[in-house]
Amino acid sequence: MFDLDLWKEILSALKKNRLRSFMTAFGVFWGIFMLIIMSGAGKALENGVMDGISSFASNSAFFWTDRTSVPYKGFQRGRRWLYNNSDIEVFKSKVKELEYLSPRLFGPRDFQGENTIRGEKTGAFNIYGDYPDYFKIDPWVPVKGRLMNEIDAFQSRKICIIGERVEELMFEPDEGPIGQYLKISGVYFQVVGVMHPTTRINIGGGRKEETIIVPFTTMQRAFNYGDQIHFFSLTSEKGTPVSVVEEKMKKIIKERHDIAPDDNQAISSFNIETEFIKYTGLFTGIQVLTWIVGIGTLLAGVIGVSNIMLVIIKERTQEIGIQRAIGATPYTIILHIVAESVFLTVLAGYIGLALGVGLLELLNMALEANAGSNDDVFFRRPEISFTMAMAALSVLVVSGVIAGLIPARRAIKIKPIDALRDEGI
Amino acid sequence: MLSLNNVHKSYITGSNSLHVLKGINLDVNQGEFVSIMGSSGSGKSTLLNILGILDSYEQGEYKLNGTLVKDMSEKKAAKFRNELVGFVFQSFNLISFKNAMENVALPLYYKGVGRKKRNKIAMEYLEKLGLAEWAEHMPNELSGGQKQRVAIARSLISKPKMILADEPTGALDTSTSYEVMEILKEINAEGITVIIVTHEHDIAAMTQKIIRLKDGVISEIIKNGDLQSFKHQYMKELETA
Repeated sequence: MFDLDLWKEILSALKKNRLRSFMTAFGVFWGIFMLIIMSGAGKALENGVMDGISSFASNSAFFWTDRTSVPYKGFQRGRRWLYNNSDIEVFKSKVKELEYLSPRLFGPRDFQGENTIRGEKTGAFNIYGDYPDYFKIDPWVPVKGRLMNEIDAFQSRKICIIGERVEELMFEPDEGPIGQYLKISGVYFQVVGVMHPTTRINIGGGRKEETIIVPFTTMQRAFNYGDQIHFFSLTSEKGTPVSVVEEKMKKIIKERHDIAPDDNQAISSFNIETEFIKYTGLFTGIQVLTWIVGIGTLLAGVIGVSNIMLVIIKERTQEIGIQRAIGATPYTIILHIVAESVFLTVLAGYIGLALGVGLLELLNMALEANAGSNDDVFFRRPEISFTMAMAALSVLVVSGVIAGLIPARRAIKIKPIDALRDEGI
Repeated sequence: MLSLNNVHKSYITGSNSLHVLKGINLDVNQGEFVSIMGSSGSGKSTLLNILGILDSYEQGEYKLNGTLVKDMSEKKAAKFRNELVGFVFQSFNLISFKNAMENVALPLYYKGVGRKKRNKIAMEYLEKLGLAEWAEHMPNELSGGQKQRVAIARSLISKPKMILADEPTGALDTSTSYEVMEILKEINAEGITVIIVTHEHDIAAMTQKIIRLKDGVISEIIKNGDLQSFKHQYMKELETA
């Protein structure tokens, strides 16, 4: 029920003490403002980092090889070993939970010197031999031409897909790279596409934009790798944790390559799922911390309101006495005080909320304008969820009621006669 | 109207107990104009507060309008005060941030009367007390006499059966005091019981019945007819003093 007199009463009481009302409200305002800003900043950090990795298959794992550390079946420790083509079929048939399995060969690396030549231009890039399935684990998008397909791999076509930086270095700006040839370690490959990485997770090192990918089968033949495989990327089926697949794989690999069951060094693997869990945990932690600090600040503000209400009541003891002498019930008195407190808290809180969201919005606009298409931004889209804003508002209302109730209970405990006798200040 | 039967009241401050009222027996009928007198500390204000249900008492009985008033809940007391009693205080006790009309209308607000209606009624009472043109003024823009008249209007607006006035003329000069007393007399003439606490003999002399308190008991009740001799005694007291 809207009671005009109640509101008149509240406003006149607050107006009478402008500075004090303002200072009190500021405490609450600041609390909610900080909560919003901190939470928004935390979310922005999360967005910035997660944007860089989120399209990467989170159920993926990677295998490569290292020297053995335990002598086994007549082999000495320190033996070098490699995967081979026959592993592919065995893994696929024995590990049913596999979704994609993509073998890779590391061709010439950028740190090994300039490996790519086109006319007078030369460059040092990372050359990988991959299957089309690799793009399902680490997604890239074609900016020109196309990505690799099954026929490229099946026919061992001498084609390549290049990163944006490769195009920049090896071609003139107005020159279309598609259909042109690059000489990679002495072998000519036709460029069929220019690609752009969608994530910053980088398998194999170096700059992602300086990558050239050729079909796996082509690389095996052209660079004389025989049936060697350097590296496996894989994903697990939906519902199966990739760590399960990882363990199964290790067991099979050890059997097939004569590696001691207790040798933990020979098989190197990396599981992106655990990294994702770490990140998720980190950001949950940041949000929790934000709330703890935010609620703490808010609490300080609310205690401020309660404190001020106590002073107001002390000052108005006589007034309350008069009101009770002329027939105000305790309920009316409590209603007034609580309404005053809630009004002050909610108004201040709402302004804090609005300004906080406004500032985040401005920050967002500034960030977007600056960032453009640059991907190396670890801070983007600061925002707070609607649920969170609502939660903050309800915390405010509840705290406003409590902040008012404590002094109000004190106010009605004073006998009217004591209140009247009170000389005031 | 009201009757007190052996009412005791003491104030406890820490370990000290101050026995203020030591058995008061008193009857006041509807329409009486009574003054309570006594030296300071004799318990006259305490008695008035008990009559107005602003204060509690420990022993005895207080019946107001036939109802026993003892250990009343604050809610019920508030209702009683609002319906039966009007208060006038020495320091006026107007609410400083409300204008004269709003101050007068306040008891009706607590009764739940709508804004327009109660302001209209408040204006009627202000007119009655000759303050119509001051209705929009804040209390600090009014003289002492005007403030007290606003306070009286406020006490009357809820149509009480009884007006309790604690030193209503205490803060006023003589001529204003007499004006206020005239107003109280007029109110009394309309059938409302008026009880005032005062220490001024000339003010007390304008009432129909004087109750003298001494050390927490009623030492003397002087009725209208005896006022002459009361004056005489008063002169004698002055001489000895």
